[in-house]
This record gives sequence, structure tokens and C-alpha cells, in this order.
Amino acid sequence: MTPIEIPTQALELAAALAAAPLFVGWINQCRAWLQNRSAPSVWLPYRGIRKLFSKDAVIARNASPLFRIAPYIVFGTMVVAAAIIPSMGTRLPLTAAADAIALVGLLATARVFMSLAAMDVGTAFGTLGARREMMVGFLAEPALLMVIFVASMISSTTALPAITEHLATQTLGLFPSLAFTGIAFTMVLLAENARIPIDNPATHLELTMIHEALLLEYSARHLALMEWASALKLFNYACIGFALFVPWGVSTGSDSPISLLASIPLLAAKLVVAGAGLALIETVSAKLRVFRAPEFLAVAFLLAVLGLLVHLLLGA
Amino acid sequence: MAPSDSSLGISLTLLALWCFIGLAGLLRPKSLGYVARTLFPLGALCGAALAAVSAVSLAGAPETAILPIGLPDLPVHLRRDALASFFLFLLGAASSGISIFAAGYFRRGAGTLPGLMCLQYHLFLASMGFVLLADDAYAFMVAWETMALSSYFLVTTQHGLAEIRRAGFLYLLIAHVGAISILLAFGVMQGGSWQFTFDAMRSAQLDPRGATAAFLLALLGFGAKAGLVPLHVWLPEAHPAAPSPVSALMSGVMLKTAVYGMLRVTFDLLGHAQWWWGLVPLGLGLLSAFYGVVFAAVQTDMKRLLAYSSIENIGIIFTGLGLAMVFHGVGMPSLEALALIALLYHSLNHAFIKSLLFLGTGAVLHSTGERNLGRLGGLIHRMPWVAWLTLIGALAMAGLPPLNGFVSEWLLLQAFLFAHEVPRSFVNMLLPMGAALIAMAAALAGYVMVKFFGVIFLGQPREASLANAKDAGILERTGLAWLALGCFALGMLPTYVIRGLRIVSTQLSGAALPRADAPWWLLIPLPDRQASYSAVVLFLAVAAVVLIAVVAVRLVYHRRVRRSAAWDCGYGTLDARMQDSAEGFGQPIRHIFQGFFGVERELPSPFDRKPHYRVVVTDLIWRALYAPVEPLVQRVANAFAWLQQGRIASYLLYSFVTLIVLLGLVL
Repeated sequence: MTPIEIPTQALELAAALAAAPLFVGWINQCRAWLQNRSAPSVWLPYRGIRKLFSKDAVIARNASPLFRIAPYIVFGTMVVAAAIIPSMGTRLPLTAAADAIALVGLLATARVFMSLAAMDVGTAFGTLGARREMMVGFLAEPALLMVIFVASMISSTTALPAITEHLATQTLGLFPSLAFTGIAFTMVLLAENARIPIDNPATHLELTMIHEALLLEYSARHLALMEWASALKLFNYACIGFALFVPWGVSTGSDSPISLLASIPLLAAKLVVAGAGLALIETVSAKLRVFRAPEFLAVAFLLAVLGLLVHLLLGA
Repeated sequence: MAPSDSSLGISLTLLALWCFIGLAGLLRPKSLGYVARTLFPLGALCGAALAAVSAVSLAGAPETAILPIGLPDLPVHLRRDALASFFLFLLGAASSGISIFAAGYFRRGAGTLPGLMCLQYHLFLASMGFVLLADDAYAFMVAWETMALSSYFLVTTQHGLAEIRRAGFLYLLIAHVGAISILLAFGVMQGGSWQFTFDAMRSAQLDPRGATAAFLLALLGFGAKAGLVPLHVWLPEAHPAAPSPVSALMSGVMLKTAVYGMLRVTFDLLGHAQWWWGLVPLGLGLLSAFYGVVFAAVQTDMKRLLAYSSIENIGIIFTGLGLAMVFHGVGMPSLEALALIALLYHSLNHAFIKSLLFLGTGAVLHSTGERNLGRLGGLIHRMPWVAWLTLIGALAMAGLPPLNGFVSEWLLLQAFLFAHEVPRSFVNMLLPMGAALIAMAAALAGYVMVKFFGVIFLGQPREASLANAKDAGILERTGLAWLALGCFALGMLPTYVIRGLRIVSTQLSGAALPRADAPWWLLIPLPDRQASYSAVVLFLAVAAVVLIAVVAVRLVYHRRVRRSAAWDCGYGTLDARMQDSAEGFGQPIRHIFQGFFGVERELPSPFDRKPHYRVVVTDLIWRALYAPVEPLVQRVANAFAWLQQGRIASYLLYSFVTLIVLLGLVL
């Protein structure tokens, strides 16, 4: 273990926990600009979480302990996932515990617990949301795995830091396979984080909601943890995307704190651009009917598989 | 030779003890207290002892013995090597949990007497053990058939019901088609020496065509027992028909004897493997994995759902087998070892997980009398022990870290990742596509398990009678807890498991994983590829975050909780019937994979006074392959019906003509 490892790990965790709600706020800000609305403050997500923490928790009478544990588990998996993804430096002690496939498994754990918790109270909307969430998940998860597979094949390992290091130190060349998987990844990101065109984070319209339906019965601290966890999830997906497709600027190989510090503004810049891009996609596209969602995700899956084939054919 | 001090001797004694326990059941066949509370726990003890002996003997050198029983000049050859030890461990460890559960499970009721059932049950266990130890084709086939027959009687315990007799018959039929195929495979493998010991088969010189025929026959035979698509049709019929501990044994353990047989034949007995052979089990395995899980998602009977999920897992195991064979054929030993270890690991995991889940459904079935998911719900309040222990099994089945299902799938995906290095053009491009199918099957397994657990245990009870459901008794809890503990331990300590499996793969094919000098908590299968996984660290990290979050939230803020009615968007009148039913939860899958199913649907019209909705999902393979067989058999039988005159004179004439013809042929 080198002396840079612990600070890198701590910095990444702190950055993820602190910046995740801000990233959501930034996307909302951009969306408002694009839609000619006046935007709420970018700090609104923080205020929402703080407010929720100090409220009384109201829990349905027939909720089981699973319902109360689930927010903590979801939050815990998302925090650990944030600790694994090399967003600033690749010298992370925790990444030895989980490679890219385990990361996908970790995200799946969060999804399963969220869906189970939604079914726990036994309301029509909760079970509907759980069913839809799992439907999105079972198509998005293999697509994400295929995206990771292509990157793993290029660098012949599934360890995330090694992938990032390998891709970051390549001479600037285009991987055609990564172009395909990049599109696939963006589609998976939209679907998994309940963005338009699969879901609308701003709606509570019963017939169309997925993510919000899962959280309907939650209140106060449990809801705050769930909201924070979903902000973290979006942040994590963005960082996975950076690690695979724009790994430049991540502190690799060197032990100097300078490069680690230099990676902070770079990450911030990437997040600013990614948030704006996400807002743009959400603004120009319309929400799909729920039954078009599988088609959307099947396209993502096929694009990822196509990326795999392209990699095998061209070796790049 | 009587190796009383060796592990083979101890294993044989334990198997014999199982037979005696079974026979002891006949002493007082009607006494439930004697049979269930005394004999079954003893059987469980034998199982635990067998597991312990096998675990210790795994690293030992192969031992052989010849027992002078059976036909004259045909003694029984037995052999215990690492492969047999591993599967004996699986048998002992899983069956001890199942037996202890069964001790609390069997109640007075219609069907087979408890004592007779005890005999069938323990004979079933012992015959599985003998299958694993047999070292000649005769002993193997006798044990194999005993296994099939004893399990047939166990499936038809409730033989008063016509549908159960039908399920049992289908099982028996396919088991026998499989057995004939295995017999023929042995016939080819002896290679003209007419020696049926496995040693003779190892040294037999087969021409490539003969070897290929033997391999395909063995695949057909063992595939029928394992439930590989398209030979899977008996599984979803037989598993729901059998009592739950028997379903658990059949799905958790018996299917693995077929995996054992396949490994024994391809890696041990058949010397001249062609590299492309592996593509057959690989393709069938991928098909089974996908087919099984898609069908599992639309089932409404909880045991049928688990049966289809077993088909999926057998598919994953055979995919690993195919991959290992391909790597073996092209000479990539470390990847071969990785695939072999993945498939052995998954076999062990599935034995624990599926037994746990089947026993969980058994406990639910006992306390509610319902197998239909549409009439269950909310049982986590009434049966917390069963619910929480089953949750562990469901999460493991969904392949989630840090439990055991994830480890074997992770290993298999690692093996797939490097499949493109196989030096065969075209195939090296197709193989990674298999990873896409496995990934999708694994994700769908998550869907299936959320449906399984959520519909049975969560939500509101869908029937008023569920309010009377009682939690399982202490013996049943012990069995469930034992299996759940197994799932947890196998997930948390993969390095220890792999240390054992490494011995098996080395002895089986000479392929070993390169040694990694990693600490006990870190799994690094291929050191030059850098990928690593540590369930312990992952689990502790998440647990630490959870703990900190709980403490922080409660200390900094407050711990006030108010109970109230469900919010549900403010609709006050939604009741339990408006939750998703099992059909509803499977509906997206039915919609997306329409082409896989034959769906019959009855929709109510708006003017119905008693609106009725019914949907039946049928297996297209049944319609395409099995349904035409019955009229065909009828037609053939009709064509020969004129032979049956019913007069003794004509039958005498037949015998006479036959004799004349035979004499003419011989002379």
C-alpha cells in the first residue's frame, strides 16, 4: 500500500457524497435554462435531504422490518460503489475487493432491495413500480455488463483501475468498439437513473412513473437516504462513464498528491459537461410509453453486443 | 480388500447405514414419531458425517475397492477420487439440511406410509452415493436405476391424484430414455474389449467416430436426467408433484449426479476429446439457461417456478462444462481449470440454494396449503423465520454479492472474457456472445427471485385464510438455517472452496489454476489478469456504511416513527387484490418474449356479469417435440394390433415360427 491510497480513497468518497446532490441540482439548472424556465437553486437537493432528515418518519402499519432496512442497504451499496469507481485516482485500496463485474452486482443488489421494499407495503403502485424497475433492470444490467466487457477485453482485465489506466495511457486513438458501447452506455445510464425517455424524474403521474413509484411509501429519513442514494447512483454512473470513455486526467500510476489534486477540477469539469449533455438529451427527447422501454433497452443491449463484435473483428 | 480405515470404507459404511435407516422405517411404518423424529435426524447425521469425511479425503489419493456382491464373476468395483469426493460432499452437506427439515415436515395424511417413505428416501440417498462411487458400468447402472426408481416412488407419494401419477410417469419415461442412452454410451466406450470396468474404458482405443457417438449418447442420457432443454419437460411436472424435501433433493442433489456423470465420461473415461464437442453442451446450456429463466418468470405455481429456475442453473453449469471442454480441446489449461471450477462451484451453490428455496416453499405450503402464488402474500409477518432464511436463498439465486451465487457466475464470466483467445476463427467470436446470454439470464434470475420472494412473503395477504399461517417448527428452522448458512459461507469464503476445487480440476484433467499468493479473503483466479474479488471486504464495507448511517441519522436527528395507513397516492380504497398478481408481475416478460411461449388467453368482455380472466402459458417445445409422439405410438400400436388375436393357438404359432426363424439364422 502506498501512502497516496488512503487519501485518494477518502477524497473520492467525500467527493461522491458531497457532490452527488449538487450534480442533480446542476442537471435541473441546465434543464430549466434549456426550457426557458427559472430554475430552482442548485442547492435545493441538499435542502430537501436536510428537511427530510428532521421530519417524523411515517411508516405504513403493515410494513415489515425489510422496509426499514432497505434504505440503509441501498445507501450503503451506493456509497461502496462510489468508493470502487476510479473517478479521481486509480490507487484505491477498496477496488481490490470488487472488479467491474462485482460493481454491476453491487448495483443489482441495490435494485433488488429497492424493488423488494416497494413490494413490502403491498400497494398497487409499489408492486407496479417494482415490476417495472426489474423490467428495466434485467435489460439494462446485461447491456452494462457488455459495455464493461468490451473495455475489459481491450485491456484484458476486469479490474476497474487497470482498465482506466490502460485506456488513459493509450495514445489518443479511436476505438470503434468504444463508440458503439459509448452510445449503449448512455442509454443504460438514462434508463437506470430514471431519466427521460424511460422515466421522468419530475412526475408523479401514476401510469408512467417507475422510480417514484418505488419510493411512494417512504418518508422522512428513509426517503432522504433513498434520494441521496439515487443521486449517488447517477453520480456513480457518470463516473463509470468517465472511467471507461474519457479517462484522461484521472491520477494514474504516480504517487504525487499534485496529480490527485489536479484531477479534482478535471472531474468537476467533466461533471459540468456531462450534466449539461444529460439535460440536453432529456430536453430534446420525449418520454416513451412504458412498453417501448424494452425496445429502447434492447437497442442498447444490441449496440453493446455490436461493440463487442466490432472489437473482436477489428481488434480495437 | 476391506479398507475399513480409509475414507472409501467410511463412506461405504455411511451409505450402508442410510440403507439400514431406511429399512428400520419398515419396523413401525405407521408411527410418525418414530420415523420422522428418530430416523430422519439419524439420516441427517449420516449426511453430515459423509460431508465431513469427503471434505477431509478430497486431497487424498484415489482409492479403489472391489466388493464381491452381485452376479458371480461380476463383482462391484468402487473408486473414490477427488471428483467423487466433491460430489459426495455436496450430497452429504445438502442432504443433512434436507433430512433435518424433513424430520419436522412430514405430517399424517394421505399417500405413502411414513415408514415406506423413509425407506424410499434413504435408498434414494444411498443410491446417489453409489452412483458417485461406482467404478464399473454395471454398478453404475444398478445404482442409477435405483436412484430413478426410488425417486419415482417419492414423486408419486400422493398417488391418489391423477395429475401426480401422470407427472411421475413422465419422469419415469424420460429417466429411462436417458438410462438407455447412458447404457449405449457405455457399450460404445468399452471399445470392443467387452470389459465394463471404468479402468478398461479409460484405456480403450476408440476411433474418433465412436468416441463422438459415445459422447453424444452420454450427453443425451445425462442431459435427460439433468433437465437440459429440450429434455427438460419432466422437471416442471415432477418437482411440484413431489413433497418439498424430495423436490429439494431431486433439484439440489440428483441433478448434480448427471453433472457428475457428464464430467466423469468426458474428462475421465473418454480419452480422445475433440475440441468442438464442447460446443454442443455449451449451446444447449445457453439455451437451457435462457429458456429456463424466461419460463420461470411467467410461472404462477411457486414450485414450478423453482423447477424452471433449476433448468436455468443446469444450463449455466453445462455452459461451464462446454467452455471447459473447448479450452481443454485447444490446450488452454488455466482457463479450462477456471471454467471447471466455475461449474463445480455453481453445482455446489445450486445444491444449497435450491434446496433452501424448495424447503422454504414446503414450509409455506404446509402452513397455508397453497402453492399458487396468486393466493399468497404478506407471509413475512406470519412466518418471519422462513421468510428471512428464504430471502438469503433468493438473493443468492439472484446472483447478488456477497452471497454464493455471485461467485460462481463471476468465475464463469471471467472464463468467458478470455474465450476470444481460443485459436479457432469464427468460434472465438461466437463464444463471447455466450457471455451476453449468461449476463441476461443472471439479470432475469434477479427478476424471478424478486417475484418469488415479493409475491409470497411481502405485501398484503391475498387470502383471508393466510392470517392463520404459522411459522415453521424448530427442526424445519434448523434445516433452513443450515442451508442458508451454507449459502453465506460459500459466498464469503471462496478462496477456501476454490482450494478444494483446484484439487478436483487438477486430478480430473491435469489443468490447474496458477497459484496466487493472495491473502485468504481475496480471490484472484488468474494472477496475470489482475481481476480480484473479496466478498468479505465488500460485505464489511457495506455493513460499515450502513452502521455509520444508522448511528449518524439517529444521533444527529431523531428516531421518531409514526405508524399509519399506507399512503398509496392517497387512494384510500385499494385493497390486497389490487397488488400485482403473479401473472401481473410476469407480464412484461410474457410481452417481451412472446415468441417463446404458447399463450392462451381468455379476456372478459365489458358486459360480463362475472368477468373472468385466464391466461395459460404453455411450452412450445412440448407441443413441437413431445405431443406428436403420443399419436405416433398409438398409430404404431394400431398397426400391430392385428397380431393380438386373443387365441392361444395363434400365440403358439408365433412362438413356433420364431423358433424356426431363429434356428435358421443360427444354423
